Formats: sequence, structure tokens, C-alpha cells
Amino acid sequence: MSSIADPVAGTPLSDAKASEAKAAASAIAVPVAGERELRLDLFRGMALWLIFIDHLPANILTWFTIRNYGFSDATEIFIFISGYTAAFVYGRAMLEAGFVVATARILRRVWQIYVAHVFLFTIFLAEISYVATRFENPLYSEEMGIMDFLKQPDVTIVQALLLRFRPVNMDVLPLYIVLMLFLPLILWLMKWRADVALGLSVLLYALTWQFDWYLTAYPSGFWIFNPFCWQLLFVFGAWCALGGAQRMSRILSSPVTLWICVVYLVFAFFVTLTWHIPQLSFLMPKRLEQWMYPITKTDLDVLRFAHFLALAALTVRFLRKDWSGLKSPWLRPLILCGQHSLEIFCLGVFLAFAGHFVLAEVGGGALTHALVSLVGILIMWGVAWVISWYKHSADKGASKTKRPVINADMAGGSV
Amino acid sequence: MRPGSGAVLALTLLAGLAAAATARAQDAAPQTCEVPPYLLSTESTLPKVAEAVRNARPLTVLVVGSRSSTILSSENSAYPAKLQAALKEKLPSIPVNLSVELQTGKTAEEVDHSLVKLVEAKRPTLVIWQTGTVDAMRSVDPDDFRGAIDDGVVALQNAGTDVVLVNLQYSPRTETMISAPPYLDNMRVVAQQHGVPLFDRFAIMRHWNDAGDFDLFSTFHGTDMAKRVHACLGRALSKFVLDAARLDQAQQN
Repeated sequence: MSSIADPVAGTPLSDAKASEAKAAASAIAVPVAGERELRLDLFRGMALWLIFIDHLPANILTWFTIRNYGFSDATEIFIFISGYTAAFVYGRAMLEAGFVVATARILRRVWQIYVAHVFLFTIFLAEISYVATRFENPLYSEEMGIMDFLKQPDVTIVQALLLRFRPVNMDVLPLYIVLMLFLPLILWLMKWRADVALGLSVLLYALTWQFDWYLTAYPSGFWIFNPFCWQLLFVFGAWCALGGAQRMSRILSSPVTLWICVVYLVFAFFVTLTWHIPQLSFLMPKRLEQWMYPITKTDLDVLRFAHFLALAALTVRFLRKDWSGLKSPWLRPLILCGQHSLEIFCLGVFLAFAGHFVLAEVGGGALTHALVSLVGILIMWGVAWVISWYKHSADKGASKTKRPVINADMAGGSV
Repeated sequence: MRPGSGAVLALTLLAGLAAAATARAQDAAPQTCEVPPYLLSTESTLPKVAEAVRNARPLTVLVVGSRSSTILSSENSAYPAKLQAALKEKLPSIPVNLSVELQTGKTAEEVDHSLVKLVEAKRPTLVIWQTGTVDAMRSVDPDDFRGAIDDGVVALQNAGTDVVLVNLQYSPRTETMISAPPYLDNMRVVAQQHGVPLFDRFAIMRHWNDAGDFDLFSTFHGTDMAKRVHACLGRALSKFVLDAARLDQAQQN
């Protein structure tokens, strides 16, 4: 059991199988198995840290999160890389073992994520129940009404199991579950015509904006991350993994792209600056504001998507795959976290709850706030290290002696 | 126990005592809940209020809000009452009438229906509309929420009153349960579009929490802190209203 979209590990295929598979479906250019793509791990690890920090009350570390410097934030990185790695791993499985087996593996993965979500919900419920019984500040008598759902656990818990009741900060996993559910279809389409699959994804995105489609939530409202919109990033990630990135390399290396990206990022930075320094807001033309706002996260605003694209383009350009820094011990903690992203993501959500709880019980100023964030990150690193130790050392003896089934699973990359 | 840890413990206790002492001092002395000027500055104006004050006509204020516009069983300590007191003090030459219409548990859209009726009944110069909390708690679609405040603000302006919007409270304890940002953003957008001053209660309270004026995380029982926060809010709101009406010191006296 490993990362949220499984490691892009190079579990080499047997040669015969590989060539056979490649001949079978040349439409999918499955990248040659080889060394792990550390950049993906690095940025996924970074996204996990940033998501954790953003889930805590604002503190000094919040200023290091990218959402303060532009439109997009860590969620975009996370979903894109998840799409990329999922397509990479299960795309290979589909070529190797066929549609049915790949689908079966994907569904098992979906089940794991679902269980993780329910586990987190249980912890959340425990925290809320505790807070609800202890907290009686009359200043917030209105806000405490949010606890009323505890009065009817029969409905609430069933709705949570149906993914319709999601507390704040628990929206990413349900989105991920839905996206993964559709992964077999996405991969099947990609295998047939990758560009058509991407085109359909763009079409769905456009239609959602046009007709305002959404999924309802309980007790009212809608999914915070609209899957009909966010699928675009996921599918785009998959498309890049299955050869799209290579085909785009000419565009990516052109100086025109470079300048467009730089100009857009600078523009986004200045717009964001006016949010933080309201004194500057007079610089913003009213017409521009009216056209631009609100920049919705729910429906993955085009401005956000473009911002992510610009960031990604610059990253790919300036951070080479073979950059020696990727092996440096300083980036090791990030990469480790990125390699076990389901566990570390869940841990991050849990730590955010715990952090809120500690801050509420102990109280404290800016220092405690920053300390809670820092300790949380250290814990994430520590746990990632332990998980990888389990995988490389503790489980080694077992896999050597028996159970070839497990090894087959690993080759499929779904464990 | 190592010798060092004993010293740390003693220091912590001392710090705790000091904190308790300052807290007690705060109870007695007037609050130092200062608000940085940028949180109280607005480009939008309140022409009707300005006109009433200049012509020495009575200033009638109507506060429409949800439960966070009051303190249960001590309404006279809530921010509307404090606002009235502060306005009276700063505008001694004219009568200041203020009434509060609580719309408990209603979303912006539900309040919309009664807004015009309320205005026709009270004929206020200024309506202070506190909203967003109920919508955030019920996670109403932010677009619908924006539409609802938009309609409400237009209706109020058509009825001939000035409008001030007041957004959500900063409530760190429920941050994991109530997602405030979409509602804060949409209120800002509507305020900007219609040239309505927005009293950023959320940012102001967060500033007080960060600056250490109030520990809004605390599990304090009893109404004491609520009263102090409301007193500060009322004072800040009075300053905000007068600034937005561009009433400088000379005219206020």
C-alpha cells in the first residue's frame, strides 16, 4: 500500500511483454520504465506540506504557501500529479494485463482511499463532539449551531458514507475517489485516442461552466471541488503522462511560452498582492475586477488553471529531470512524503485537526501557531520515513520467502 | 526532572500569572482593541448619512442581522447598542435612533423578502446588514449567496437608504467546520460593485486575535468576553460609518 496515485516506480516489465504491449497499442506511448521520476515525488510532497499548512489557522508559515503569490494553490499540483502518476501506473497495467485487470486494480485503490476517508471522518467526529460539549462561548453561539448535525447521527453518518456530508478540509479525498472511479474509462479512451480523451475532458469542463452542473452535498450546498471541472486537471495529467508531455516539448521550450508564462505569473502576483495589501487595490481597474472576480476554486476557474499551467511550464523548463539537487538530502523529506502520498495526505488532514485542537486547548500566539505547523511537518516526514523503512526493510524478508501474489500486485503498481 | 526543566516550569507559571494579571487589568480598563486604519478605510461613501448630519436631521439606523448581532440576554451590550452610544457621543447635536431586526437562522435570500418591508416601516437613513454566517453554515451555493446580497443591496438602495454590509465573525474554533472564505469574497465583490462600504468584521476580529487583544480561541464561559468584543466592534463600526460618510471632526461637533 503506498502513495495516493501509486509510485511511478520503475518496476521493469519483462522484455517480451513490454515489446508486445507496445506493439499492441502504439497510441499510448508508455514511458520506458526506469528510474523514478523524482520531480513528481518532490512536488507532490511539497503540495502535501502546503495543503497541511493551509488547513491550519494562518501563521508565519502560511506566507510560504503558493496561494499567496498567485491564483492556483497546492490542490492543483496534487490533482495534476495524481492524474499523471495514476495514468502512468495503471496505463501500464492496462497494456500489460488488459482492461479488466487494470480496472480491478483501480477499484481496489478506490476502496483504499474510501476507507482512508471514512477513517478521517471518524477522527473528525471525535474532535467535533469533544469541542461541542466543551465550548460555550456566547460570542459564538450562532456559529456553534453547526454542531447541530451531531443531534442526528443516523442521517449524518450515512450521508458521510455516501460522500455527501464532508466537513471542511475533507473535500480532496472524495474528489479523488470520484476521479479514480472514472480512471478506467479515461485510460481506455486515451488508449484509443489520447487527444480525443483530452478534448472530451475540456468539453465536459466547458459544458459544466455553461450549464452550471454540480453535485449536491448534505445538508445543503454542493461539492466544494466540483468533479466535473477538476477532472480537467486530472485528465490533463494523465494525458501528459501518456506521451502528451513529450509532444508538447517543442511548445514548452519555446521562448514565447516562457515569456507568456512569466508575464502571466507576474500579473497574478500583483493581483494577489492587492488582496493582501488593500491599500494597493486602487491600482486595480474596476473593469478588470468585475470581469475577473470571483476566481472560483469550486469550478477550477480558468485563471487558476492557466496559473497552474504557467507554473508547471516554468518548472519543467528550469528544473531538469537529472538535476543533481533531487538527490540531495535537503529535499529528501519532501520526496519521501511525496512517495507515500495517501498516508501522508491523511496524516496531514489528521494533524490539521489535531493542530486546531492543540491551539484551541493551549491557546497561544504567533509562535505556538508556527510551532504547530513545523511540528506537523516534522511528523509527516518522520512517518514517511517509517513507511519507507517498512517497505524496504521490514517487509523484505516476507516477500522473499513467499506470496508471489503480492509481488505481482506490486508489478501492477497498485499496492 | 532535570534542573533546567524546573526553571522552565517556573518561568511558564510566571508567564501564566502575568497573563492572568494583564487579563484582569483588561477587564477593568477600557479595551485597547485598536483597529489598523486600512481595515476601516473605504472608497465607498454614505451620502444619505452625510446629508442627514449636515442638515441636522435625525439619523435613523436599522441593523438587520443574525444571532451574532446580539448577545443572548444582554442585548444592551451588543455592538448595535454600542454603535448607537458611540454615534450619539460623536454627533451630539442630532438625535440618533437605532433599531435592531434579528433574522435568526435566515440566509441572505430569506432575509431579502423582508428587507423592503422593514425599510418601509422604519424609514432608516442607513441600513447595516450583517449577513453570511447562516449561509456559510448551511453552505449555500456562493453564487446564489452573491445573487441574494446583490438583490438585497439593490432593493435597499432603491428604497432610498444607505447600506453598510457587515461580514462574518472570525471564529477560529469553528474554522474546521464552517468555510468562511467564499462568503467573505462574495460580500466583498458585491460591496465593490454597488459602492457599498463593507465593515470587515472578520478581518478586524482576526487582527484582535493575532495582536493579542482577545483570545478568540478560548473556551471562556460566560458573557464577559462577548461583551468586550461587542463594545470594541460597536466603537469600530461607529468610526467606520462616520469615515464612510466623510464626516470630518469639524462637522461632528
